[in-house]
Amino acid sequence: MLGYLIRRITYGIVTIFAVSVLSFLIIQLPPGDYVTSYIAALEAQGDDVSAEEAETLRAYFGLGQPPYVQYGKWMYQIAQGNLGLSFQYRVPVTEVIGERMLLTIILALGSVVFVWITAIPIGIFSAVRQYSIQDYIATTLGFIGLAVPDFLLALVMMYLAWDWWGFSIGGLFSQEYAAAPWSLGRVVDLLQHMIIPIIVLGTAGTASLIRITRANLLDELRKPYVVTARAKGMTEWQLILKYPVRLALNPVISLTAYIFPFLVSGSIIVSVVLSLPTLGPVLLRSLLSQDMFLAGAIILLIGVMTVVGTLLSDILLGLVDPRVRLE
Amino acid sequence: MSQEIPNENVEVKLLEDRVSVASQRQLIWWRFRRHKVALAGLVVVICFYLAALGGEFLAVSDPTAGRSARAVVPPQPIHLFDEGSFSPHVCAVEGSRDLYTLQKTYEADCTQKIGVRFFAEGFDYKFLGLIPSNRHLIGVSEPEEYKSEEYIFLLGTDVQGRDLYSRIIYGTRSSMTIGLIGVTMSLALGITLGGISGFFGGVLDNVIQRTIEIIRSIPTIPLWMGLAAALPADWSILQLYFAITIIVSLFAWTDLARVVRGRFLAMREEDFVTAALVAGAPWQDIIFRHMVPSFYSHLIASATLAIPFMIISETALSFLGLGLRPPAISWGVLLQATQNVQAIALTPWLMFPAVPVIVAILALNFMGDGLRDAADPYSAVES
Repeated sequence: MLGYLIRRITYGIVTIFAVSVLSFLIIQLPPGDYVTSYIAALEAQGDDVSAEEAETLRAYFGLGQPPYVQYGKWMYQIAQGNLGLSFQYRVPVTEVIGERMLLTIILALGSVVFVWITAIPIGIFSAVRQYSIQDYIATTLGFIGLAVPDFLLALVMMYLAWDWWGFSIGGLFSQEYAAAPWSLGRVVDLLQHMIIPIIVLGTAGTASLIRITRANLLDELRKPYVVTARAKGMTEWQLILKYPVRLALNPVISLTAYIFPFLVSGSIIVSVVLSLPTLGPVLLRSLLSQDMFLAGAIILLIGVMTVVGTLLSDILLGLVDPRVRLE
Repeated sequence: MSQEIPNENVEVKLLEDRVSVASQRQLIWWRFRRHKVALAGLVVVICFYLAALGGEFLAVSDPTAGRSARAVVPPQPIHLFDEGSFSPHVCAVEGSRDLYTLQKTYEADCTQKIGVRFFAEGFDYKFLGLIPSNRHLIGVSEPEEYKSEEYIFLLGTDVQGRDLYSRIIYGTRSSMTIGLIGVTMSLALGITLGGISGFFGGVLDNVIQRTIEIIRSIPTIPLWMGLAAALPADWSILQLYFAITIIVSLFAWTDLARVVRGRFLAMREEDFVTAALVAGAPWQDIIFRHMVPSFYSHLIASATLAIPFMIISETALSFLGLGLRPPAISWGVLLQATQNVQAIALTPWLMFPAVPVIVAILALNFMGDGLRDAADPYSAVES
């Protein structure tokens, strides 16, 4: 287990490094350096920036030095919890994304839970009652769910909600809770608003999980030990839940590691459509206004979040299925 | 009666003979043909690419010419019958502004009927970029008096008064070809890297596999958004188009590389590869002349399944305003108009571009699934 753990954590660190280099690249790509843009932004707002101040800023970010030094400085600042300044909002990046980060994580985790509690029972049912009408319905719906991109689903949901009930399903909070401090009422409000985004986000994952659960379980159900157990007079559901399902669920856990990046990715664009106060809309706005410092920080954070999520499900898989530890 | 039994045997015998001499391509086609849904998918996909080719002919009006007097007209149905007799026509539309909400509203005035016919004259274009023409699939029957673009709005118009149906047809071109070009690029990367990985194994294999694992665990949409936003604002449509394709395929080759590697690993031990090795064939020859042809059907299947991913990616990026930008037309660019809830509430027909996206993706998925099943025609037939 220890070797497996070390290997997984090493991959995680390498991945975070790759993401950080890519995020840094994105910060660097636009023409001009960010201090120049920053000063231009300040001056556009009527602030005066003296030559010395500009020089201090340049030295602070290590501009004029080789890229790897700049990268090092950027990473050093981040390691200390300083994500830099947002030009657009003119406050530290940490302030802009604090609560949004939390909401993004809650949304992604909520979707994982939704995927599990819907896909596993449906998948099991579909396999046990293979070729029944319910099985066909589940398979067809699963196929469509897999094919329809989540942001289009979000658009359609928005339209239907508007057309049928005449209200907008955007946002994660009602007006009275939007700026309120955390309280029980706010949590309840959040949960109510999260239902539709979670369904939209989880549909693709649910669809692929149904297919995989069904396929795995069908394989297991054909094995001789099932026949033996049945011959010995074990009740059908007890038998299915106790042995084949347990074996068929291992790939389900490893699949979670696989769909987690998709959920996080998807939440970005779905959040834009449904105007959820997560990282998505901020990322889009910062990119459109070329506020690259904020954008780079968000991309890095999303990457780190994904890697941690994947790592956790890998560890879970290692605990559940000893075979993968030896891989 | 007694004659029928030998006859049947002869038929079975004939069929067996046919199967045993059929080429691999034929066998794949026969297997694929049995998969009805996949066959339907193939037909739909072909239609989409034909629409991409002959978009100008199918379009009713020039997709870039805006007419402010015809902004946000709701979809106008074509009436097939006029008082019992067959004479397709549309009703003239009268626009007026609501004095309280200042919204533009349109009334269909069915006392004034405008005839519609096939192969009517309309705006000038060059068919396939070569043949000058002004014929369109449908248009008004009296082009001197009425103009198609003033009266026929199959799917309504956008805020600038441009015919949405024509724009969707034009959008098919960029949206569907981005899938093809992107997949070609991903295939090139996938075959090369997957091939190296599977053929040589060892350290190279390890490095490539770890790279693939890392790429797969990175959330792609934020990265694409970042890369796409960093593209210079003054690039031309064509430059942007290729840049977006490259960005999308940079992350999409991993699946194909995995398929190729798996095939290579399985095939490395086959006799014909050993024979080629013993005969002293260089490794490029072994890969491209002996191994790739024997699994190209699997490759085509995987590539087909990768196209929807490309289409979704382009649509998503353009929808966010980070991909193709107007005046370029793609389904994603058209969907940009539906980014806010007001648009959805007041002009729901602007969501129509989502329909071809979903249909194309479903069709390609069904077709790819069928191809994957048919890719190995020697495997035992299930069902």
